[in-house]
Amino acid sequence: MLKQIALGTTISVVALSAAMAQDTLTIVSWGGAYSMSQLKAYDEPYTEKTGVEILHEDKSNQALAGIRSQVEAGNVSWDLVDMLQADAQRACDEGLLVEIPHDEWLAPAPDGTPPTEDFIDGTLGDCFVPQILYATMFAYNTDAFPDGGPQTIADVWDLEKFPGTRALEKIPQKNLEWALIADGVPSDEVYDVLATKEGQDRAFAKLDSIKDHLIWWDAGAQPPQLLADGEVTIATAYNGRIFNAAVNEGQPFEIMWDGQMFEVDGWVVPVDTGDEDAIKEYLNFATDTQRLADQAKYISYAPARKSSVDLVGNFWKEEGGKMVETDIDMKPHMPTTPENFKNAIQFDTEFWADYGDALEERFNAWLSS
Amino acid sequence: MTDTAATAGNIPSGRAAGTGAAPLTTADGQPLKVALRRANRRARRNAMLLVAPLFLFLLFTYTIPIVQMMTRSVMNPEIAGYLPNTTEAIEDWDGEGLPGEAVFAAMVKDLNAGGRSTIGRVAARLNAELPGARSTMMGSMRAAEDLQAPFKEALIADDDDWGEQRIWRLIKRETRTLTPAYYLRALDFEYNQDGEVVARPPSMQVYRAIFWQTAWMSALITFLTILLGYPVAHLLATLPLKSANLLMILVLLPFWTSLLVRTSAWIVLLQQNGVVNELLVFLHIVDDDGRIRMIYNRIGTIVAMTHILLPFMILPLYSVMKTIPPSLTRAARSMGATPLRAHLTVYFPLTIPGLAAGVLLVFILAIGYYITPALVGGESGVFISNLIADRMTGSLSQLRLALALATILLVGVLVFYWLFNRLVGVERLKFG
Repeated sequence: MLKQIALGTTISVVALSAAMAQDTLTIVSWGGAYSMSQLKAYDEPYTEKTGVEILHEDKSNQALAGIRSQVEAGNVSWDLVDMLQADAQRACDEGLLVEIPHDEWLAPAPDGTPPTEDFIDGTLGDCFVPQILYATMFAYNTDAFPDGGPQTIADVWDLEKFPGTRALEKIPQKNLEWALIADGVPSDEVYDVLATKEGQDRAFAKLDSIKDHLIWWDAGAQPPQLLADGEVTIATAYNGRIFNAAVNEGQPFEIMWDGQMFEVDGWVVPVDTGDEDAIKEYLNFATDTQRLADQAKYISYAPARKSSVDLVGNFWKEEGGKMVETDIDMKPHMPTTPENFKNAIQFDTEFWADYGDALEERFNAWLSS
Repeated sequence: MTDTAATAGNIPSGRAAGTGAAPLTTADGQPLKVALRRANRRARRNAMLLVAPLFLFLLFTYTIPIVQMMTRSVMNPEIAGYLPNTTEAIEDWDGEGLPGEAVFAAMVKDLNAGGRSTIGRVAARLNAELPGARSTMMGSMRAAEDLQAPFKEALIADDDDWGEQRIWRLIKRETRTLTPAYYLRALDFEYNQDGEVVARPPSMQVYRAIFWQTAWMSALITFLTILLGYPVAHLLATLPLKSANLLMILVLLPFWTSLLVRTSAWIVLLQQNGVVNELLVFLHIVDDDGRIRMIYNRIGTIVAMTHILLPFMILPLYSVMKTIPPSLTRAARSMGATPLRAHLTVYFPLTIPGLAAGVLLVFILAIGYYITPALVGGESGVFISNLIADRMTGSLSQLRLALALATILLVGVLVFYWLFNRLVGVERLKFG
């Protein structure tokens, strides 16, 4: 009897999963608070609307290697992958991704503006649809600087006025740009200077001048932790992480909105993956104006559509397993808010696609020397 | 006694067969030789079948991937495969000045014919040698459709990098389908503009130093495990069984504990606000600002790895020491040897098979270590495996570079094994 029940259950489970296989999408993202914001803003409404179940995998930090090996093996199980623009560029160049006709696949803005004009300039890629815009910038612990913290990139290099260890991300990207800015290069010339041998020498020399006061992080969760522990007084971080620590956990952190580098993160579709129509439908829904604005309720990253900006509302917080609206207005915390945005620099993915390998090697050599 | 009898009994029949008398047969009339050979063959086949699963497993999970890794690290199919016309046309160019119109025309033809993905791969390949070549290539691919003859002027007008000799020399050089380029890079060499192999500029040299660091740190760790493990193994082997067993548990418990747990334990102990530093501050040995940095550097890697690899030294040493009769040392002492002399000339030489096995185990394990240096090594205490892992997530050419680095590491280990075999003799080793 028991055996029969077990057998029956097995069969129905198998049958069920076979039926569901048509109606699921496998989505790869970053995990943590970021995946949660996607779940709330895109996935739950989409499942409600269409019945399609969304499966999440938290593998975005290995997206490029993962897509490459799946495509090479001819067995692609990821339908949509959330990826950084620079990695998407590489993957697209290697022919690992579907090229996306933006105006055909994506929804126009509510007022009818086509997607190619509605997304923030320079963020759409041949194989890439952006969702959010985030900033990497310096943040500091206000307890460490009772008389006011650093205000400019040059202040970060000023060890006398602002003593203490700094934490930087263990990559050459952004750090070299900031080193040049601290050395007096105007922000709109940074990439031209960095493309020359002299410029690279200059950037490394500037980093070298504070090397003994640097420690390095490699996961986004580390900088708030390092700041909270007092291991460092100033750290580079993603703005969402600092917002979360300051607003949700009440940490005494302040963001320095100067010379922050903004980047976009978004969707790509690997070649030879599942049902293209199903993917297209989800992509159309998940990147429309309302959905991108909704996402900003849950995390302080800015929507990549201009038409979403006015729809951004209050911050929603998790309390007792439910999302509750708070009275914190999200707009001033967005990296795109005009007062935050005035000294922002766009991270140049083209430059890093060209010079990334060489500079990474040099950066490694410099680190271990 | 019975053995001898049986052999003796067989000799006459063997001799009879040898001298050409009627051949011996089995009960069913087959010649004995044939029957024996058949039985032997069957036994061999059965034995083969028994090891077949393991053999296949090793073939598919070990041999084939390694061979694939080695082949991929020299493969260079991009230029010849995706720029076929250019490859053919550039063959006649002597490398002086700029190539002729025919080569430029062939390039435009290839750019037009190739899709984004094929040209993208060519661009990535060229960019690995010449930063910036990627955008030159991709930009011209987008423009290629509108280019008109003469193509030489048209391409150079599109992007003046095409007017430079180095990109064409690079293309000509990389038309070969096998390349040592990744190995050169892995050993900090590169081609200069004239195609000669030269050392990379000092600011770009990283791999040789890390290979060297991996080797000397592994050697140091091996030495430290001997220093710490030898007395412990001796104690284990000579104590009465009851206390020896207890001590053995103390050796084995950490051995059974997860690598990650042990590594994290060292972080707790050694960090700036860790147990050791707090204790030193409490005892006023160092003051609060002078906390010692013991982790996220070479010291961290060496301390944690020595601890983790210690059992691999103790266990083979113990198994050998256990078999050395204590009477030998006593005999030496009774004949007037000092304790030191008795130890050095009698006891120590007898422990060499265990010691050598320990050295082989610890050194080879250490040289490929990844997770511990990654967690506690910081920037200065990294091993070559960490760089290999780092490169594997990068661009396609970085991936090939990772394969070349891994192959060099593998060859290094094999050379070490060969040398060790020549010096010590692997057949003398006792692993436990």
